[in-house]
Amino acid sequence: MENEVKVEGLSKKDFTVTNPVKWCAGCGGFSILSSVQAALPEVTEKKENVVFVSGIGCSSRFPYYINTYGFHSLHGRAMAIASGIKTANPKLDVWMVTGDGDSMAIGGNHFIHLIRRNININLLLFNNKIYGLTKGQYSPTTPKGSKTKTSPEGTIEDPFNPGELTLGAQGTFFARVLDTDPKMMKEVFLQAAKHKGTSIVEILQNCVIFNNQVHADITGKEVKDEHTIYLEHGKPMIFGNERDKGIMMGKNFKLEVVKLGENGITEKDLMIHDAYNPDPTIHFMLTRLARPEFPMALGVIRQFELEPYEILLEQQVKSAMAATKIKTMDDLLCSPGVFEI
Amino acid sequence: MTKQTKVIELEEVVVKFAGDSGDGMQLTGTQFSDSSAMFGNDLSTFPDYPSEIRAPQGTIAGVSGFQVHIGHKEIATPGDLADVLVAMNPAALKKYLTSVKIGGTIIIDIDNFDNKSYKKAEYSDDPLSDGSLNGYTIVKAPISSLTLATVNDMNLGIDNKTADKTKNQFVMGMLYWLFNRNMNDGIEFLKKKFSKKPVLVDANIEVLKAGYNYAETIEAMTTTFMVSPLDRKGKFRNITGNVATAWGLIAASERSGRPLFLGSYPITPATEILQELSARKHMGVKTFQAEDEIAGICSAIGASYTGHLAATSTSGPGLALKSEAIGLAVITELPLVVVNVQRGGPATGLPTKPEQADLLQALYGRNGESPCIVIAASTPANCYDYAYMAAKLSVEHMTPVILLTDGYLANGSELMQVRPVSEFPEIKPRIVKDNDTEYKPYLRDAETLARSWAMPGQEGLRHRVGGLEKSNITGEVSHDPFNHEDMVVIREEKVQRVADYIPEQTVIGEDKGELLVVGWGGTYGALISAVQDLQKEGRKISLCQFNYIKPLPKNVDKIFSRFDKIVVCELNLGQFKQYLQSQYPKYDYLQFNKVQGLPFLISELKEKFYQILEEK
Repeated sequence: MENEVKVEGLSKKDFTVTNPVKWCAGCGGFSILSSVQAALPEVTEKKENVVFVSGIGCSSRFPYYINTYGFHSLHGRAMAIASGIKTANPKLDVWMVTGDGDSMAIGGNHFIHLIRRNININLLLFNNKIYGLTKGQYSPTTPKGSKTKTSPEGTIEDPFNPGELTLGAQGTFFARVLDTDPKMMKEVFLQAAKHKGTSIVEILQNCVIFNNQVHADITGKEVKDEHTIYLEHGKPMIFGNERDKGIMMGKNFKLEVVKLGENGITEKDLMIHDAYNPDPTIHFMLTRLARPEFPMALGVIRQFELEPYEILLEQQVKSAMAATKIKTMDDLLCSPGVFEI
Repeated sequence: MTKQTKVIELEEVVVKFAGDSGDGMQLTGTQFSDSSAMFGNDLSTFPDYPSEIRAPQGTIAGVSGFQVHIGHKEIATPGDLADVLVAMNPAALKKYLTSVKIGGTIIIDIDNFDNKSYKKAEYSDDPLSDGSLNGYTIVKAPISSLTLATVNDMNLGIDNKTADKTKNQFVMGMLYWLFNRNMNDGIEFLKKKFSKKPVLVDANIEVLKAGYNYAETIEAMTTTFMVSPLDRKGKFRNITGNVATAWGLIAASERSGRPLFLGSYPITPATEILQELSARKHMGVKTFQAEDEIAGICSAIGASYTGHLAATSTSGPGLALKSEAIGLAVITELPLVVVNVQRGGPATGLPTKPEQADLLQALYGRNGESPCIVIAASTPANCYDYAYMAAKLSVEHMTPVILLTDGYLANGSELMQVRPVSEFPEIKPRIVKDNDTEYKPYLRDAETLARSWAMPGQEGLRHRVGGLEKSNITGEVSHDPFNHEDMVVIREEKVQRVADYIPEQTVIGEDKGELLVVGWGGTYGALISAVQDLQKEGRKISLCQFNYIKPLPKNVDKIFSRFDKIVVCELNLGQFKQYLQSQYPKYDYLQFNKVQGLPFLISELKEKFYQILEEK
């Protein structure tokens, strides 16, 4: 999977627009956009087959900033519109861009049902943990206690963890990346694109105006390697500045952070990441790893192949069409139930 | 011994079947209808069932009814009052006694008429002896016990509960005799219906015959009826409004060359459209049962963007939920058919009952200036034609169309003459050719103002659509105040220009006179029946039944100007009247409204018309 053959003729330039990109200077959106544009030439057979669908919010302006077919829709409804697009025409490469408000609040219902149906759509969830376009209200992913314009005393709501929500909705693909790491983004976007089914990629994104440095404890250059763990299928779970820490399955079926070399622990004692495991139990645990006790899990946490909805539907339609004698409307009108007087 | 029976020739007859929800009355009604249709009668049916699936047995709330009106002449409604009522229990009798003509025949299952059942039906006295049935011909038939005896005698090893379920065939047998019909149709029907359970075929046929023989033997039935076939030729089907709607969309898909996609969420009384199309995958139809009404329409909008003929089906509360997305289809100028099978409202209202109170919602119920084409079907069978036209107008004019039907049309059935699809007008979608260098998303046809349809996957046409206002022609996001105003005006004008592409409004009767009755949609059957009765009496009355509501046909003013009085009749508090008043304010509109979750009765309409004609 790593050795991608670049489709001849397509380059990043094919997906850039000349119009100005109107995000705030310093917005995490720019690097995400650039990484998507960098990834697309490697996974796109025909540039006209790519469709970007979005809802409403800062992130959802995305389709205007990329040279593909695009649909900037309604708040919370992009999942449903994208579902219709992909179901109607499975040949299209459907990408979706949404935010934490768009997908977790107003579009929560569509989010879980898109995942449950496993329609082959790549969903990029820009999680800046704040409402940006309406200027600074808390969102469903805002940490409890945060003071925002609508929570002057601090929020009293527990936030959603998009990874848990995805797995709870029987998700087949979940990944988490940082807007500060273009290489990681591109790598994961490629995997998401190749996954047949709904791919949810949570992008921890900075909102420079209303929630600046929200992910600094994860993304900061000096802390990143200590505070995150990049998971790769089939590889041991190692992290740390010195690559000297790891994750082990401890007692009572609980994950533990261990130091290599201490108490006789070697790499062999560490968990090997199995993204392909149909059983999501460990994946759940991984999505929940949180600071300060644990590093935050990044990369592809779950990737389990299951026939997507639109393919199953096409199969049903094709076999019904092959089996019937009623092929035209005139046939249908004259099918049993008709009588001649 | 053969008894002496008198055969009465009738022009038309109304039969009502009523029993517990589990008694199979819908099936019996359908079976009787189909057999009448095959015999050559015209017909119209209407089921009347409770919104509860199985309300407590024997109670009025649990009564399920099915009315069928058959005729030697053309039949426009399921009929006001029944000539024959089949009441399987006291609750059915109590619920529908007032719907039977004085002098009518009432067949009861005497086995279910006991004190316990009277109590459940909230009768204080025995209705068979308290005089309440004086003036009717009562046939007390031991339907349940004779059914059981018939099945048990066959020794098929069928348990009593299953045997009891065949009693509707006993009723059918009695009706076959009562209407001088050949039982073979019924036998063929049962053979097909239970083809997978031969034991049940035998039992049902035997019970059917038992009912026939019983009716022939007893003294209580001395008169039989004969409703002769209509003198017409052709292929017909008995079709409900919901199935006709689904089929109209399939026909439009075939004619337009655009595959059909339905995004929908189950809701009474629209669900059968989704069910019917789900069963039509063999015609290439894709259905998407969404997680809610909003996803239903949004998935359809997505499909429309890809070049499908896209539709969503719903009822009033669902239309409310879809409002924002309809606005999205309006501003993106994508074709979309929204079918609203109206029911009693507001909120959950009367889910199984018809009403026409969503008209203003369809016309105006969205944020912003958000015009849609609005059309309405007026009979179960013409749901086919108007679904077809809704699709045609939508893809040719690149704008959403709201098609209004109602619970009465949706569940009611009538005969539809089968016409080849090639007889319907062509549908020409405005599809852009690949690599058309002139293409701009909002470049418009000079006549219709419609933009063109470019689909993802097409080469050289990449573009973006969305809910933000766009610059005319180029389709770039635009906050320019004058552009916005232009676009608002264009979108409205585009819909108004559809008036050039729809037929002129017709008047039934003289094109001038004392009273013009105005109706729209599903009230057609009752209105035409009432108006024609008065016309036969020489009254100067005509009917104008609207199917095209927005835009209105161009000749409305001319029609209205030739009548002394206009009365707008509708099943709401006067929504169409209000709309007409806004379009043609110079006329005085009288109104006649009913909001009981019931269709108009011909009798109450006639009474109203007499009254208006006599007022000076």
